[in-house]
Amino acid sequence: MNFELTEEQNMLQDSLRRFLANEYTFEKRRKIVESGKGTDETIWNALAEMGLLAFTFPEEYDGLGGNGIDTMIVMESFGRALVTEPYLATVVLAGGLVRDAGSDAQKQDILPAIASGQKLMALAAYEQGARYNPANVQTTAKADGDSYTLNGRKTAVIHGGQAHQLVVSARTSGDTRSEDGITLFLVDADASGLTINDFASHDGFRTADVELKDVKVSADAIVGELDKGFPALEKAIDQGIAALCAEAVGAMEAMTGATLEYTQQRKQFGVSISRFQVLQHAMADMFIQTQQGRSMAILAAAYADSDDLDARREAISQAKLLIGQGARLVGQSGVQLHGGMGVTDEMFAAHLFKRLTLINLLFGDADHHLGKVSDALLDKIA
Amino acid sequence: MDLNYTPEQDAFRQEVRQFLENNLPDDIRERVQKRHRPTKDMIARWQKILYKQGWGASNWPEQYGGTGWDEVQQLIFEEECAMAGAPRQLDFGLRMVAPVIMKFGNQEQKDRHLPGIVSGEVWWSQGYSEPGAGSDLASLRTTAKREGDHYIVNGQKTWTTLGQHGDWIFCLVRTNMDVKSQEGISFLLIDMKSPGIDVKPIIMLDGEHEINDVFFENVKVPVENLVGEEDKGWTYAKYLLGHERTGLANVGQWKAMMRRLKEIAREEKDDGRPIIENPRFRDRLAQLDAELRALELTVLRVLTASSGPGPEASILKIRGTEIGQRLFELAMEATGQDALAHIPEALEPDYAYPVVGTMNATSAAGDYFNMRKLSIFGGSNEIQRNIISKLVLGL
Repeated sequence: MNFELTEEQNMLQDSLRRFLANEYTFEKRRKIVESGKGTDETIWNALAEMGLLAFTFPEEYDGLGGNGIDTMIVMESFGRALVTEPYLATVVLAGGLVRDAGSDAQKQDILPAIASGQKLMALAAYEQGARYNPANVQTTAKADGDSYTLNGRKTAVIHGGQAHQLVVSARTSGDTRSEDGITLFLVDADASGLTINDFASHDGFRTADVELKDVKVSADAIVGELDKGFPALEKAIDQGIAALCAEAVGAMEAMTGATLEYTQQRKQFGVSISRFQVLQHAMADMFIQTQQGRSMAILAAAYADSDDLDARREAISQAKLLIGQGARLVGQSGVQLHGGMGVTDEMFAAHLFKRLTLINLLFGDADHHLGKVSDALLDKIA
Repeated sequence: MDLNYTPEQDAFRQEVRQFLENNLPDDIRERVQKRHRPTKDMIARWQKILYKQGWGASNWPEQYGGTGWDEVQQLIFEEECAMAGAPRQLDFGLRMVAPVIMKFGNQEQKDRHLPGIVSGEVWWSQGYSEPGAGSDLASLRTTAKREGDHYIVNGQKTWTTLGQHGDWIFCLVRTNMDVKSQEGISFLLIDMKSPGIDVKPIIMLDGEHEINDVFFENVKVPVENLVGEEDKGWTYAKYLLGHERTGLANVGQWKAMMRRLKEIAREEKDDGRPIIENPRFRDRLAQLDAELRALELTVLRVLTASSGPGPEASILKIRGTEIGQRLFELAMEATGQDALAHIPEALEPDYAYPVVGTMNATSAAGDYFNMRKLSIFGGSNEIQRNIISKLVLGL
């Protein structure tokens, strides 16, 4: 039982935070978001140079052999600065999937390219009407000799418009909601029949809807096993959730800090409004939620790599549940305590609020994950 | 960072578990697991058993007869004791006055008082709150006037838990009226058999006698019972409160209660089906389960921090007591209208009449009522938020 970071992890955290404080200011971020490109070449290359894009890949694929705790450190720092780069999509989700389930050839082809900053990827898992269930897959992949033909639509594809290649879940057998019969395919962004509708999301990120119309891929585009893609997909999503939990904690901490600062500057009735107990207690509650969230982000990071499925599911859902709720409280309180300024585009707090709100909606909101732990409880004790 | 217990910690847990299995008397375990109040004799007997094993004071250093265990070992010990159905050890001596005596007391005071605390022979009470001094503790008015070799103490303390069994009481008293309220306070150890002390019960809303008023009328206290320096008591008082707060997270107790609550949720029926199958109830249980896990991790994080626990300990008090209260609330609601009956005798082993509903219902509402104290004592949760605002957030 030990909650200390290693020396290397402390160094990673320090250098990343220093880099972001200097190179990823609120103004700089605003320009990057307004460019509509969804990524900034200079920033992304700098992250590659710092080794961040290679952190969680094995050494034989130009990686650094890191683990979930390393991802937590990176994502938390990103959360504090509201970094909109495609790290989650490329490194954690798609990269993680290839690392954990890909063939040696796929890993050779993809991981070093991600690590060097040349390749962006995205995960196309969710579908309209399926909401948060990644096993609800209507997109089909029909075998056709040595190749497959994909048809269907994918939604909420984070950074799908920036990706050079997508990992797409498609049904190769089984019923619409069956976990069995899902296969994962690598699909190049320029594949014929693929339409990627890139749009801005409220938090400054880019998201995409993806349409697949008779998209042909070869059999060696399958990541993992035919029909058996779901466990790998679920694990990648769980790692994405752990990463988002860490990002949320960073944003919650930034929101608490911004609110403390603002209420100390803002004067009403002749005093700083931070002197008012009703505001002090609201900020104490923001602090409590952030600390609780930090504990749960650590839990999620520790279990994200685990192959003990029940334990992983429980930890991930408990974490996303409490962090979803905490993000809501901290986000709403932060805006409230900024008063009128809190609802302006000018304030960093407003942007933190938007990201915190959308993090709750990604990969299952608090209610969804409460349902998961609640049903697991029934199985366990009824 | 590693959330797994080390092999040594796992082995330690096994050792504690084995000891509890062999040494916790059945009558005590049964009573505690039924959620019936342990008697004075039971608490004393259990403390003696632990003392003989050398485990009388899990939070003390070895030089004073403690175990010398680290924070994680202490938590493992508390959790195993709670899970096994051992009665809670008394905080007033072990976790409140003892750390103050160790840090600020003189050698004579250590020699005189610490052995009786760890052996369980001497029961301590807490003399902090007064009728006019609750959250504003420093406004206390009980006075101690120096006359020769003695202080003469006059005033009243209240909410004195188990004061009816107390042999000694540690008191905050005012020794100087001419300075700011926090600067004229001293920390006195008072023998409760001294003439002029009168203990009167306060009956709580669950009908139980747990707390008391303690009156002091011209009580003579030898000056050697002053801890540290005169007028410096506020510093010692705050040190004590810091220790108390960390313990108030109560993770071990709440984990045991959560396990029990899950059993209750399976045993109690809702329209003929176990209440656990009711999604509204189950969701609240699952939510609480997640919050308890977060509390446990936060406690471990705060206690194992290389900097040691600071004012963030207030988080643990707030979250620990909120979670504790909801555990008992859910336990009561699980039993539904069976919780209406107030028949405390039904908890006695020789109770011969049929119980209302299941045994789960017998203590359910009483416990719920009683546990409202959690967010009030030890510095109300609103005071804890003040502490966070001031000492952690710097507001």
